[in-house]
Amino acid sequence: MATIMKAQSGMATRSKPYTYREPQSEFASNTKRIAAKVAIYGLLLLWTFIALFPIYWTITTSFKVAVDVTQGHLIPWVDYTPDWRGWRSIGLSPDTIFNTSTVREEFMKRFLNSAIMAIGASLLAVVLGSLAAYGLVRFDYKFAIWRNRDISFFFLSQLILPPVVLAMPFLVLYKELALLDTRIGLIVVYTLMVLPIVIWIMRDQFRGIPVELEQAALVDGCSTWGAFLRIVLPISLPGMVAAFILSVVLCWNEYFFAALLTSTNANTLPVMVASQTGSQGINWWSMAALSTAAIAPLAIVGIFLERYIVKGLTAGAVK
Amino acid sequence: MQTSTAAAHDTIAAHDIPEARRTAGKWLITLATIALAAIAILQGFYAAGQTDIGFSNWRPVLYAYLAWGVALGVGQVMIRGEGGKRALFVLPAILFTVAVVIFPTVAGLYIAFTDWNLASFEGRSFNGLANFWALMNDGYFWNALRNMAYYVLAVLVQYAIAFGLAMLLNAEIRARKFFRVAFLMPFMLSPVAVGWMVGKSLMEYRFGPAATLARFLGWENPAFFASPWIARFSIMAMDAWVWIPFVMILLLAGLQALPKEILEAAKVDGASPWRSFWQIIFPLMLPVSITAIIIRIIFQLKLADIVITVTSGGPGGATDTVSSFIFREYRDRSNVGYGTMVAEFYFILIALFVALLLWGSSRWMKRVTG
Repeated sequence: MATIMKAQSGMATRSKPYTYREPQSEFASNTKRIAAKVAIYGLLLLWTFIALFPIYWTITTSFKVAVDVTQGHLIPWVDYTPDWRGWRSIGLSPDTIFNTSTVREEFMKRFLNSAIMAIGASLLAVVLGSLAAYGLVRFDYKFAIWRNRDISFFFLSQLILPPVVLAMPFLVLYKELALLDTRIGLIVVYTLMVLPIVIWIMRDQFRGIPVELEQAALVDGCSTWGAFLRIVLPISLPGMVAAFILSVVLCWNEYFFAALLTSTNANTLPVMVASQTGSQGINWWSMAALSTAAIAPLAIVGIFLERYIVKGLTAGAVK
Repeated sequence: MQTSTAAAHDTIAAHDIPEARRTAGKWLITLATIALAAIAILQGFYAAGQTDIGFSNWRPVLYAYLAWGVALGVGQVMIRGEGGKRALFVLPAILFTVAVVIFPTVAGLYIAFTDWNLASFEGRSFNGLANFWALMNDGYFWNALRNMAYYVLAVLVQYAIAFGLAMLLNAEIRARKFFRVAFLMPFMLSPVAVGWMVGKSLMEYRFGPAATLARFLGWENPAFFASPWIARFSIMAMDAWVWIPFVMILLLAGLQALPKEILEAAKVDGASPWRSFWQIIFPLMLPVSITAIIIRIIFQLKLADIVITVTSGGPGGATDTVSSFIFREYRDRSNVGYGTMVAEFYFILIALFVALLLWGSSRWMKRVTG
């Protein structure tokens, strides 16, 4: 940082930027600039390839048959003819979609479980977390020896807690509460998992709202809660959406708790995917179809709601 | 943080509350507490076989806790007025977190000191420190812990790559939005699906394109999960593939927030890109970098899903993480007591480690910026 200070003070003395350029370097700098552009786009495309190829591979593999897999074909219609076999095996191909299929029913059940749990837990976490974050930003609390700093630390420190520590106690607890293998049980666990992140994002969001807005509302006769619900909530909606979407992503992908706390009723999609990976044959097409179906919702979320995910991830990182 | 007008409001409100209302509020909380305790004790006796009256499971106690929480909130408002209404903001989250963290942690400590295997008929029995001594002599655990050190160090490599990508995205380029979405995509995917997509098919020994490419490049026997270090690198590569976007997004936000004048001035001064990076951009990015690395390390300490689905810790425990080790202890050996002891011990270790990390980084930042 000291170097910047030096750089800054150096610049202060030489306040007028000069735009002098040596004449003979015009051509050289041009080729240099083109070379830099080529390098930048080359690297960008390389990483795009790295980031997207596994996804491309999975989607195309779901349309392959055994011989295409063993011969390492890559491009549909060019070096192999797409086939619905993978999708047929999970009952989602055009010719089987209206027939009864136990695999599809199983898949749809888990898909629904995943969706309900991810959305339910995220909603609960956003409600609890937004309220707590607002309170922590705006008021001074004192519960016994606990002040705002301690309460905030208590919430955020949950982030460190590894799932393995909670898994067994939760198993015991849920057995006693008859919550094992239920959606509501997993929703509670997931809420706990994403609550620190929601509080982190929402604290950042509420800090950006000027206090004067609420003061004006209070003067106009609003109660504390009235000011929060009518004035603050609408302004902070983008932050809440960001927190919600990030929570959905994390809950949808969660595997550890789902694998340990559910068995038949409340199973989620990642558990289904994981249970299928054990088979080491080259039955790749059905695995690929299953993986594609499992990642599709979040891939779509990623494409259309990328703005909110970025907003959620970067909350509080840049002051 | 405290608003002065609100504070004035508060003192007025506290005086307005009639004595009768306060007393009623106190009674409400007291009665609710007694009711909760009574139901819990009753159920405790029933579960222990002391009485015949009770519920078939503990769920009524959960409902009683919820009712108690509501009574506590109402009581707070009755006793403290405005102050109580403010407490209502943070009370639900506190009650929730306390209920779902404190109880399991305490219960976990108890389980950790028992000999409890779900597969055996004997049920659980207290065995004191036996699990702890077993842990001290368990080579697999220490091996997993050493692996965790490697995985945490790999975060620095991820950081370096992510910094490069963030610089690329921050350059003057077209279609920035497209590249950003494409780069973010791996982060959206579930690690379990990635385990299959990359680990089990792309890097498959016989037909995977990655293996084909490796053969083409001259590696005759591209087994990505056969020898310890190559397997470890493969897991690290997959983990990096998933998590680099996260670090990259944080760093990109930092780069975009840099003061433009300083960068412009450096260019005008004729500083080479290399120099201006190390002398200006990198030092200015230190706070964001530290935040990103620390968050990333905290997540890395929980690494499990990819290892569980791809290698199950093999070959010979070379890719094992502590979490995947405990997962197998629970799942395959049903060894609940011992697994929980390992988990609690690991938790204490990482809590100390993260505390040290936070303390050290804040001190270091102070020295560098101060």
